Amino acid sequence: MSVTLKINGETRTLDADPESPLLWALRDELGMTGTKFGCGIASCGACTVHLDGVPIRSCQTFVGDLEGAEITTIEGIDGKAAAAVQAAWNELDVPQCGYCQSGQIMAATALLAETPKPTDEDIDAAMDGNVCRCATYARIRKAIHLASDKMEA
Amino acid sequence: MLHLLQQPLKAAMPTRRSFLKISAGTVGGLVLAMNLPRATASAAEGEFIQPFVHIRPDNTVVVLSKHFDMGQGTASGLCSLVADELDASWEQVTVEFAPSNPQVYANSLFGVQGTGGSTAMANSFLQYRQAGAAAKAMIVAAAAKKWSVPAREITVSGGVVSHGADKSATLGELAGLAANEAVPAEPTLKTPDQWVYIGKSFPRLDVKNKTVGAPRTYTMDFQRDDLLVAVVARSPRFGGKVKSFDAAESKKVPGVVNVLQIPNGVAVIATSTWPAIKGRSLLEIEWDDAEAETRSSDAMIAELKDMTTRPGVKVREDGDVDAALEASARVIEAEYDFPFLAHGAMEPLDIAMMFDGETAEFWFASQIPTIDHNVAATVLGIPFEKVKINTLWAGGSFGRRAQADAHPVVEITTLAKAMQAAGMAPAPVKIVWTREDDMAGGYYRPMSAHRLRVGLDEQGNVTAFKYNIAAKSIVKGTPFEAMLMKDGVDHNMTEGAHDTTYAFPLMNMDQSFQDTKVPVLWWRSVGHTHTAYVMETMIDRLAKEASKDPVAYRLEMIKDDPRKVGVLKLAAEKAGWDTPLPEGRHRGVAVHKSFGSYVAEVAEISFREDGTVKVEKVTAAVDCGTPINPDNIRAQVEGGIGYGLGAILRNQVTLVDGVVEETNFDTYEPIRMSDMPEIEVHIVPSNEAPTGIGEPGTPPIGPAVANAIAAAKGEWATSLPLAKAGLV
Repeated sequence: MSVTLKINGETRTLDADPESPLLWALRDELGMTGTKFGCGIASCGACTVHLDGVPIRSCQTFVGDLEGAEITTIEGIDGKAAAAVQAAWNELDVPQCGYCQSGQIMAATALLAETPKPTDEDIDAAMDGNVCRCATYARIRKAIHLASDKMEA
Repeated sequence: MLHLLQQPLKAAMPTRRSFLKISAGTVGGLVLAMNLPRATASAAEGEFIQPFVHIRPDNTVVVLSKHFDMGQGTASGLCSLVADELDASWEQVTVEFAPSNPQVYANSLFGVQGTGGSTAMANSFLQYRQAGAAAKAMIVAAAAKKWSVPAREITVSGGVVSHGADKSATLGELAGLAANEAVPAEPTLKTPDQWVYIGKSFPRLDVKNKTVGAPRTYTMDFQRDDLLVAVVARSPRFGGKVKSFDAAESKKVPGVVNVLQIPNGVAVIATSTWPAIKGRSLLEIEWDDAEAETRSSDAMIAELKDMTTRPGVKVREDGDVDAALEASARVIEAEYDFPFLAHGAMEPLDIAMMFDGETAEFWFASQIPTIDHNVAATVLGIPFEKVKINTLWAGGSFGRRAQADAHPVVEITTLAKAMQAAGMAPAPVKIVWTREDDMAGGYYRPMSAHRLRVGLDEQGNVTAFKYNIAAKSIVKGTPFEAMLMKDGVDHNMTEGAHDTTYAFPLMNMDQSFQDTKVPVLWWRSVGHTHTAYVMETMIDRLAKEASKDPVAYRLEMIKDDPRKVGVLKLAAEKAGWDTPLPEGRHRGVAVHKSFGSYVAEVAEISFREDGTVKVEKVTAAVDCGTPINPDNIRAQVEGGIGYGLGAILRNQVTLVDGVVEETNFDTYEPIRMSDMPEIEVHIVPSNEAPTGIGEPGTPPIGPAVANAIAAAKGEWATSLPLAKAGLV
């Protein structure tokens, strides 16, 4: 089956099994490997992408449902929030193994785009679905606050 | 597991003994056949090439990391050692993972090339500084000749080589000339006051790539146009074998190119990942469980507990502990049990290779390349030098990729041979473990039981300490047995207990080995994951028995261990141990030495309305010798605390009739943002040799939290995780 959608602003046609998760279409069909496979059941957030600006788990989003959708991946994020988040992540050396960080950054960017001055409770709520087994959470929290400050500056 | 290896290795390997010999990397012949990196001649015009550092004409300084990087920051750490002695600028430094070559890149503490035991910086500290200093001496010698000036008048700073105000060049401009200089045997090293990176926090080199989703970072990302992807159906019970299978439906899935039986199961091979996963879900397999582990974990724990009631292998024997207990005024008894734990690295296991019938090339995060390399050559029946391993970044490991039996290499090489036997054209193939494959696939932190009897005199002083432990040994029966077991004793199981520096007048420790097909493996901090919990909660209990403050009691008991005293005092001071707590808050402390480093942690907790525990804050103090990158030390301790906390709160892998119950993050619930306490890490200044930091933050957190709970409730949890006691 063929599905036409927008990925990072470009119109792409996917010739894939409609049951295929978007995750594998991105990684294997389009060669965009920044979006990670972590659990396959929407429990870890490593595969987070934006669908029409909203963070979703691409491992539980199926190609057959995406006709006309607008998807943004880690390779394509830009804008004030994304730039601030990536800068803050670098400034605080957030990643350790780094495997979850694409998903963390996608979730944090969506949070800041919606809530530019998040409280710790906002951060818990927005980020609890994104697992980091290196437990870099303390730095992720700091980096989100720092990114928020950067956006204001 | 060696039992998995027996089958594929049978043809190539006449005996298990010779396999062990090869796997342990002790056979000079195979190793010597490798080409060493060229000593001085440069491969490319104008390039400086030494085993640990290359300087390119474009002014890039490439450091070859003999250790893989699973997030612990070693790659950047090694770069800082070279850059410091070479006086390179941090911006011109990049890192590449070294090829597999134990003669050049062995971990000096292992004798083989490999990463683990928090040894990376400890075993490299002198070596990588020497490499940087030698390169600098050669650069200076080349500049001296070029400019016809005395070498002693030349300075190097920030990657710029200068003579006075009028002559200067970059490292890259001098690289080709320097390559022709003699390598100094003993280059002069800087004194600590001259260091520009060591001891200062410098940014990690891998962060940028990891914040933009850069391609070709992890094994999972490995791609080639002709790449095949395989997923393997493995026995749901450890030790089970395929009796028969029907792949008719699997083969109908578009993209599935073949389904082949391999010794470890049935492999579904497809043109990409999703068809392989879908194809596998349609397989029908009948398993032969005749030799499989079919017990439930309850029965296995009961067996372990029973083992601790009887004498085992003597790990430590100070004297007649039973007589001393008999003569004691009181005896404190305790029994602990710990579950299997999965490592749960974010990147599930994966490995990629290409075998053309004569040579093999691998792409994966190889944690022990010497073993992986030897096993690959052995299974494929090709010479060692026909195998090439490209090491990639690891999306975590926590011990999971330190495979003593190289099981992913065994699996993919047996698959490559099966593909060859099936007449398939040579093609690169990647095996992907799904999360379920990874989590239900064994290689766990062993489950264990511990039985303690501690004798006290009338005043509450310890008179005798008897400790029996039972678990499956991680190293017994593996290539590491010869290296890590002495006189039949497995110290990996008892580290942190038998070698305690608490001043007990008499301590005996016995160990017993459980026999099970469930494969077990090193898990971040290994034996310390359970011994620190047992020792530090027991010490808290003994302090209470002696009516003493937990910190004061420990300080009395470790007075001959000054570095332990140092971290304990620092953590207590920074946590305000002697200050009153707010209403509803409780504190607990633990101090433990592991991998040469000392860590004390004070946990501050509260209870939610439903009675569950919330860890509010952790104050840590660490002494890991010379701090190389303080910010990375803090990061590792923060992460080590989070990793240990998640496990202690709610993680366990349980078996029902031999089948794993927790197979993904929905049931093996990892620590999340809202669970994470505020963490402060304080580093003790030190000029001692640097020791490990990847693991030592983990052991104290469990007992610190348990002691805080006991401070509130008067009881120490002895069966983990804490969720079993309704505390989570």
